[in-house]
Amino acid sequence: MSPAGGVPVGETGMAGAGLDPESIPPEERARLPKPPERGPIGSTLIAIRDGNALTTILAVVIALVVGAILIAATNPTVQSTAGYFFARPTDMLSAIWACVSGSYLALFQGGVYDFSQANPLVALQSLGHSIGFATPLIAAGLGIAVAFRSGVFNIGGQGQVLMGAAFAGYVGFTWDGPPIITLIVAVLFGLLGGGLLAGLVGVLKARTGANEVIVTIMLNYVVYYLLDFALQTPLLQDPKSVNPISPPENANAIFFNVLPAEYHVNIGFVLAIAATFACSWLLSRSSIGFKMRAVGENARAARVAGIEVDRVFTAAMVISGVLVGFAGVYQVLGTTTTGFTSGVDAGIGFNAITVALLGRSRPWGVFWAGILFGVFQAGGYTMQAAQNVDINAVQVVQSVIVLFIAAPPLVRWIFRLPQPKGVVA
Amino acid sequence: MTATTTEPAATATTTKGVSYKTPIALGAFALLAILLFVVFGRDGVSTFSFAQSGTVALPDVRFPVRGTGVVVAVIAVLLAVVAAALVRLRGASSRWLVVVFALALVVGFLAWATAGQRLPIIGLLTGSLALAAPLIFGALGGVVSERVGVVNIAIEGQLLAGAFVSAVLASVTKNLFVGLVGAVIAGTLVSFVLAALSIKYVVNQVIVGVVLNVLVLGLTTFLYQSVLIPATDTLNQPPTFSNLPIPGLSLIPVLGPLLFDQSIVTYLMIIAVFVVWIGLTRTRWGLRLRAVGEHPQAADTVGINVARTRFWNVALAGAIVGLGGAYFTLGSVGAFSQNITSGAGYIALAAVIFGRWDPLRASAAGLLFGFASQVANILGIVGSPVPSDILLTLPYVVTIVAVAGLVGRVRGPAAAGRPYVKG
Repeated sequence: MSPAGGVPVGETGMAGAGLDPESIPPEERARLPKPPERGPIGSTLIAIRDGNALTTILAVVIALVVGAILIAATNPTVQSTAGYFFARPTDMLSAIWACVSGSYLALFQGGVYDFSQANPLVALQSLGHSIGFATPLIAAGLGIAVAFRSGVFNIGGQGQVLMGAAFAGYVGFTWDGPPIITLIVAVLFGLLGGGLLAGLVGVLKARTGANEVIVTIMLNYVVYYLLDFALQTPLLQDPKSVNPISPPENANAIFFNVLPAEYHVNIGFVLAIAATFACSWLLSRSSIGFKMRAVGENARAARVAGIEVDRVFTAAMVISGVLVGFAGVYQVLGTTTTGFTSGVDAGIGFNAITVALLGRSRPWGVFWAGILFGVFQAGGYTMQAAQNVDINAVQVVQSVIVLFIAAPPLVRWIFRLPQPKGVVA
Repeated sequence: MTATTTEPAATATTTKGVSYKTPIALGAFALLAILLFVVFGRDGVSTFSFAQSGTVALPDVRFPVRGTGVVVAVIAVLLAVVAAALVRLRGASSRWLVVVFALALVVGFLAWATAGQRLPIIGLLTGSLALAAPLIFGALGGVVSERVGVVNIAIEGQLLAGAFVSAVLASVTKNLFVGLVGAVIAGTLVSFVLAALSIKYVVNQVIVGVVLNVLVLGLTTFLYQSVLIPATDTLNQPPTFSNLPIPGLSLIPVLGPLLFDQSIVTYLMIIAVFVVWIGLTRTRWGLRLRAVGEHPQAADTVGINVARTRFWNVALAGAIVGLGGAYFTLGSVGAFSQNITSGAGYIALAAVIFGRWDPLRASAAGLLFGFASQVANILGIVGSPVPSDILLTLPYVVTIVAVAGLVGRVRGPAAAGRPYVKG
């Protein structure tokens, strides 16, 4: 079993993932049994103090502090006032406050609720934008998470998004069929595209033992260049354009809005919610999901128990690819419907890995992680426009959150929180 | 190409431990050779030029394309048959046979693609080495880290950090060696985070690695956009290493420009390959490192401090990869640009697995990848019948085919990815 591929992520929790029970560190082991002697309220508070909720909030706080440092350190006013900090420190402090608070306010206004608008319905349009960014991240994140839970590391999100986009986009601009049916066919083709590519990885892994980490990485590039090539041939290129871009999608293939148009929330988000329910059912209730989790926990034990591990790997990759492919479908039928390029994946393939990790590979965890990242993305653009803070600050904040959520003991140490009961610090 | 190998490989399930995977893969390639070189054969003459400056060059070699194609196709078919016979008689094919097969096919393909053109062999080889250099640094770091038991997905982040810091420091100080040291420190710092989180806080190593890559990419892009771009003159205009020919040796035909007329970074790379190889296999350091990566409990029992050994060797791995990062800036273009590594760290990770966690094999995998990339580049320049986008997929397709058809199931260090908790 390869190290990168064989590490089950998420099942046993971030801190102790991939461990045999006996090698779980004492502090983790001690967390498992809940002390029963306290009343319901007391035990809830302790659970919050020792558990994930507080860690998550504190991780977000740390990340926002890191982001604030970045924003302040690169702000020209802060830099110029720092020159005479010891003469008049208030200048620099107020400059820091101005740029940091301004940036985070812009982030909030752009991502959640724009309180500069008098009408609350208009103010909530920001959240709609965030949902637009979140939808493909949720779908792709679910795909990566399903693979993780099965012990397969799918880094091929980029390629699968591109395949989904190309297949769905092709149907969408060539076939001007009846409403709804066109949409359904286009979506199914997109899912097929993602599933085919990931299925190829699964088959290669099952038949030849080819490591899925290598194959998915390589296929990302192969698909990218092939798509770029196809976009310069009559197959995908818009005859009216000299650039490698596809024709615009037909109206009947485009995702229709489920809220008034100004909210930018379309049927794609509903489908993403449905996919979350489906994954939740798949992993916790279905027979194949049970097998997938068993393989992800311990492939050798699963084989001994009579599970056909290779088949499960392939199935997990196909399901993963279908879900990631939906992100590509959403990109061409829901986001940029005026024709797609080879950059249509917009980094979703890789961001989805972070989303899956933040969601601890649990379907609803991934859903909320996707929403959070969507908020950051939408808010980040507003912040960039309003405060001239580069949007990549958001990426730093996101990754710091994931890093700290993965290490609860570190967060506890930073905030000097008590160790959970029964643990020697 | 992938489809042609997966289909036959499907029937290659091992019966009695005998695998026909290799002959079937070779057979598929022989068919491909017949198709490309004979059915779609091209006319004209391809000239392999060995011109190099400063010394007497080897004479040009001229290949009549159609004839060469037929010969290569015949050789390919024969070798595939021999491979099948070997498997039948001895139970296994020969590795040398595969090497000869690959060489013949490469020559045939180059001749076919450059019909009527000159192919600069020296440029092909030196360019391959240049493209492979950061991959080899990355792969060496990956090997060291994974052999000690810590999965290093963060190679990409270490490369990027090295590239960024070396470019900035070399620009500010106008001193290349300060830049090089900065790259080493940057790679080590990324490693410290990886090591601290995965060893002390037993966080899943894959998670830390992936997130570190995203973090470093975000951080360097943010700083590039908001700090470097406004002050390009002072912060992002580093000098670059010039070539340092070794007197005498650099005049040897072919090998001279390839191995003895390179920059300091490339020499460091060649040294690093051998130091890591000998170190891992022949020294006490290497034995301890491998013991910790294969069986930490046993290593602990004989008195090796597992956590400390892991921590410092992961740091060392980061230092090596950091040097590779400097290659992107100080070794070639100079200035840092957004996401300058563009996934090289992931390719290096693939080279680690492809090379079965062995420093020499992983470096060879890096070289193979560099060669395939350079073939694509050169054919793009001299003009070939294959569209450039298709050519650019070549290194990746070659890797997939090699991994699926020839390497197959690999086993990494037993304890890689598993945190060790004493007690």
